[in-house]
Amino acid sequence: MEALPYAPPFLFVDALEHIDDNGAKGSYTFLKDADFYKGHFKEHPVTPGVLLTECCAQIGLVSLGIYLLQRQQTGLKDLLLGMSSAEMEFLATVHPGERVTVISEKQYFRFQKLKCKVNMYNEEGTMVCKGTLAGMIKTTADGQ
Amino acid sequence: MSTERYAILKKIIAVYLPEDVAVDRITDSSHFIDELNINSANLVDIVLDVEDAFDITLENEDMDQMQTVSDALGIIDRKISSK
Repeated sequence: MEALPYAPPFLFVDALEHIDDNGAKGSYTFLKDADFYKGHFKEHPVTPGVLLTECCAQIGLVSLGIYLLQRQQTGLKDLLLGMSSAEMEFLATVHPGERVTVISEKQYFRFQKLKCKVNMYNEEGTMVCKGTLAGMIKTTADGQ
Repeated sequence: MSTERYAILKKIIAVYLPEDVAVDRITDSSHFIDELNINSANLVDIVLDVEDAFDITLENEDMDQMQTVSDALGIIDRKISSK
């Protein structure tokens, strides 16, 4: 958790429940009074899909990527991150104050590129969104 | 240079070319990132497709050396001949 390079208002991870070589699981509760709900949508607050995607990426891709990097080498100096592709389907809405759980499954981590399948569920266990995310993750400390 | 391998490689590269780069811009001296505008994430996809197409495995050092199309062909030739 401390290794994550995010801070409020753009941290979308509350807890990481499980992480291993093949995937990660974590949760986040979207704040009831988050600023973006004022405008998305006017008088009808719904969590934007881009933020659901971001939440999936922070839990499913970046947390896993940092874990995998740490297993490969010591230190996470000069961590460089970049999302390279996101292909998502949105199946249900997430309202202010709702808690979501993200589960990711690694497809591959090779040559600094991590690609994962991600699924997000709400508290009832209904799938909220699913998709495939990929990004480059590396440290510059070793000159790469 | 094997024209057959070159043709297979060209086909793989073509999939990842940005829309503003025409397929005929691919020559054996083309630099993947500087000339063909392929980003590092797509370069990884090219390598993975190359591995599948030629049934070889590339290492990090191969990836670092793979700057141009002819670099890639050299690596493919070397990997296949050492199989």
